[in-house]
Amino acid sequence: MATRQTQTLARLMMAPSVVLLFIWMIVPLAITLWLSFQQYNPLNPIRDGFVGLANYALFYSNPAFFFAILNTLIIVGAVLLITIVGGILLAILLDQPIFGQGVVRILVISPFFVMPPVAALVWKNMILHPGYGVTADLARFLGLQPVDWFAQYPLFSIIMIVAWQWLPFATLILLTSLQSLDGEQKEAAEMDGAGALARFWYLTLPHMSRAITVVILIQTIFLLAVYAEILVTTNGGPGYASTNLPFLVYQKASLEFKIGQASAGGIIAVILANIVAFFAMRAVGKNLDK
Amino acid sequence: MTFRTLILGACSTLALAWSAQAETLTIATVNNGDMIRMQKLTDDFTAKNPDIQLNWVTLEENVLRERVTTDIATKGGQYDVMTIGTYEVPIWAKQNWLLPLDNLGADYDAADIIPAIAGGLSVDGKLYAAPFYGESSFIMYRTDLMEKAGLKMPDAPTWGFVADAARKMTDRAADINGICLRGKAGWGENMAFLTATANSFGARWFDEKWMPQFDQPEWKNTLQFYVDLMKDAGPAGASSNGFNENLALFQQGKCGMWIDATVAASFVSNPKDSTVADKVGYALAPDTGLGKRGNWLWAWSLGVPAGTQKAEAAQKFIAWATGKGYAELVASKEGWANVPPGTRTSLYANPEYQKAAPFAKMTLDSINAADPTKPTVKPVPYTGVQFVAIPEFQGLGTTVGQLFSAALAGQMSVDDALKQAQDAATATMKEGGYIQ
Amino acid sequence: MARKVTTRHKIVATAAAWAVALIIFFPILYTIITSFKSETEAIAGFKLIPSFTTESYREVQGQYNYFKPFMNSVILSVGSTLLALLIAVPAAWAMAFSPTKRTKDVLMWMLSTKMMPAVAVLFPMYIIFRDLGLLDSRIGLTLMLTMINLPIVVWMLYTYFREIPGEILEAARMDGASLWNEIVYVLTPMAVPGIASTMLLNIILAWNEAFWTIRLTTTEAAPLTAFISSFSSPQGLFWAKLSAASTLAIAPILIMGWFSQKQLVRGLTFGAVK
Repeated sequence: MATRQTQTLARLMMAPSVVLLFIWMIVPLAITLWLSFQQYNPLNPIRDGFVGLANYALFYSNPAFFFAILNTLIIVGAVLLITIVGGILLAILLDQPIFGQGVVRILVISPFFVMPPVAALVWKNMILHPGYGVTADLARFLGLQPVDWFAQYPLFSIIMIVAWQWLPFATLILLTSLQSLDGEQKEAAEMDGAGALARFWYLTLPHMSRAITVVILIQTIFLLAVYAEILVTTNGGPGYASTNLPFLVYQKASLEFKIGQASAGGIIAVILANIVAFFAMRAVGKNLDK
Repeated sequence: MTFRTLILGACSTLALAWSAQAETLTIATVNNGDMIRMQKLTDDFTAKNPDIQLNWVTLEENVLRERVTTDIATKGGQYDVMTIGTYEVPIWAKQNWLLPLDNLGADYDAADIIPAIAGGLSVDGKLYAAPFYGESSFIMYRTDLMEKAGLKMPDAPTWGFVADAARKMTDRAADINGICLRGKAGWGENMAFLTATANSFGARWFDEKWMPQFDQPEWKNTLQFYVDLMKDAGPAGASSNGFNENLALFQQGKCGMWIDATVAASFVSNPKDSTVADKVGYALAPDTGLGKRGNWLWAWSLGVPAGTQKAEAAQKFIAWATGKGYAELVASKEGWANVPPGTRTSLYANPEYQKAAPFAKMTLDSINAADPTKPTVKPVPYTGVQFVAIPEFQGLGTTVGQLFSAALAGQMSVDDALKQAQDAATATMKEGGYIQ
Repeated sequence: MARKVTTRHKIVATAAAWAVALIIFFPILYTIITSFKSETEAIAGFKLIPSFTTESYREVQGQYNYFKPFMNSVILSVGSTLLALLIAVPAAWAMAFSPTKRTKDVLMWMLSTKMMPAVAVLFPMYIIFRDLGLLDSRIGLTLMLTMINLPIVVWMLYTYFREIPGEILEAARMDGASLWNEIVYVLTPMAVPGIASTMLLNIILAWNEAFWTIRLTTTEAAPLTAFISSFSSPQGLFWAKLSAASTLAIAPILIMGWFSQKQLVRGLTFGAVK
């Protein structure tokens, strides 16, 4: 019943969101693009002015750049992998009849309520600290040398923290999806003599494909921007082992006050995000239409 | 009474009411113990200045620095008083971002400020920030472990002695590390220690023409010495240890020696938190006989940003917080040991302070042994002992700090770290227009 | 026909689920425990039973009055969420009931407005906020948080509204209901649960936003994220105080989350059920 009138009305209703978001996107983007062609350093303004592509060249020739792109992708990929595989397993576990289901669910979703700097501080000081962390206490109890997580496995440690924060989100969405799976279908499959694995592979997983897609799309946007966790824990080090693109931009903008280079980094980050989004849509986007 | 006088009278009453209305100062400060104490003593200031209210913004050091730098660079005008360090003051003063402190009152006695500190906070003879507390670095060591190793710490040891003692004191089975040093990457973290140490090895960041010097043997000696020493006698996970981590290790009796900020002395000698409070000795930071010691100089100071509308009230506050009266106020409420150290000569002449703080003399000697205007053996074009007072240093220092931290963690060789540091420094100096 | 559930199966599943849940919850639990320890106790090794001292809480409160940042967090997160809903509900409604070929593209584009790293635009944003007089103002920050979360709000509402069967609308229209009546009597009751859960999720996201809420505030508008930043690594021992401050910062939202868990679960589906 899409008459012309309702079409017009629909446009009017969408207008505030679209217009506001457009301004919200275009103004910072335009300023950033303009700044990315300028040398602009408020702490040392002597050479400020138009520099063409020099900021991009400097950003590109920075030895940290390659690591930053790689680490960004590793963080996104690894956290997605952990949260989706872990989320599916947890969802299946929580879908079983268990005693105290409500409490268990509350405990599992709790990390989602913790603000990122607090999560990073807690993991750094209480859990992974080589002197006072719980893992160090555990290692000593077992007679082992405590592991210095942030020095020896910096990227792994950060992935662990971020995955901890996002696992509840994935679990919840996947669990809801799982619960909507028709009980009769399951039983029919059971009666056909399908094994547990086969049922999971041919029935449960396809059913969850849309939920998995949503998790991937939403999380990717947030994971591309991970930075507070790195700032609090490793400061991008040792070396460039845990420097990702947002953190490199942070170094340029807030440590060196090279606003031009930071802007170039911002534009590069947007391009990278678009590439990642493009591939994500190619890979799983069709699931959204189901 | 005519109508006109009535109006005038009303106006002046209004004006009086307006001026009597409290002015609110917004003060940005770092979350260190001495600053938090000051915050709690605010009442004393507002009682004396009922027309001024204080609003505190307390932030962690890195966030604070980022916040105030952004604000002052954009002239955001969010703060009336900023807590800044000896690194920022000369750079910001040159940009005319800070107001000179020329209105601190007659009884302020600026001449009493320790000359090395005042020098670091002045540009062209004008004071641009008043020191709230100052620090150098020195050796804190365990007297009992030193004795057990059969050694005696001289007041002014050499690096050779310290390295030898550290290896002898190390007892891995008893979880005792001969020496604890900073390893966490950051220009104010490991690079503060390593730059000061490099000074004592005769190294320098730049030559007179701003050419980076990481390809010189002095730096190689410094970094190799540090990495080897930490491998033999340092704690596990040293590459993520900063001030706090080492403090906790030392307080629990896990370090034979610790070279760090002089303010640490009041923590390690405090029996409430420290298990080794009665077994701590102090000595000057080591040297190699070249004429410079490996100790730094830092002062958290209060400055007034040029954008403020409340410069007069801001200076009143600074005069209160950094004046002699404040020391007495703290002493009367919390004891002399808690007075912010390292800013005034008169404090160190005070017998009560000397009694309460056994490390007083060594602190003063350490501060006096640092010279921010001539920090190195060979001549340099910059000021600053453990930093280079140029805007590019925050970023560059952190990049180099990450490389050296990787060398300490064993993820990179000393030669690779130095080579990459040289490349990074050369790129930065070219970009900043210092060299072609 | 109910599925047969053996008691053994239930016990095994219960044990496994509880074990995993406790591991996931452990960092939070240990933070709460540590907040009731003294500073020396906090670094003295693993201990699950604290001495139940409230020393750290008193020190934290003595240093920074909790009430003001708490109120700011409430005002900012609730305010920005309501504002976002006001803008997003019509848009999501239109996209769900008058979809076009480009609806999916519009949704993806909205999500893509979040691709610019915040830190890259800090400097220009700070200057814009300065010129508009919005630094350290609750209004400015509310607007900021509204825009940051708007794409997620639209996305959630859209997927939720799409589940509302179109036939109901058509039936109502046949009965001669006006557009207004259609919205008030037919759609609203069906949409309320979705709106409620969207609201909850966005309060959480706004509450936890820790970049702009620290950078654009000083005292008046500073929320709990700034509160935490005053305790993160001072000189001296700080583990217990940090734990107390962290507990205070996350407790309100944790409690809200626990009470509204069922609502939230429904909202978090993002229409992923189908």
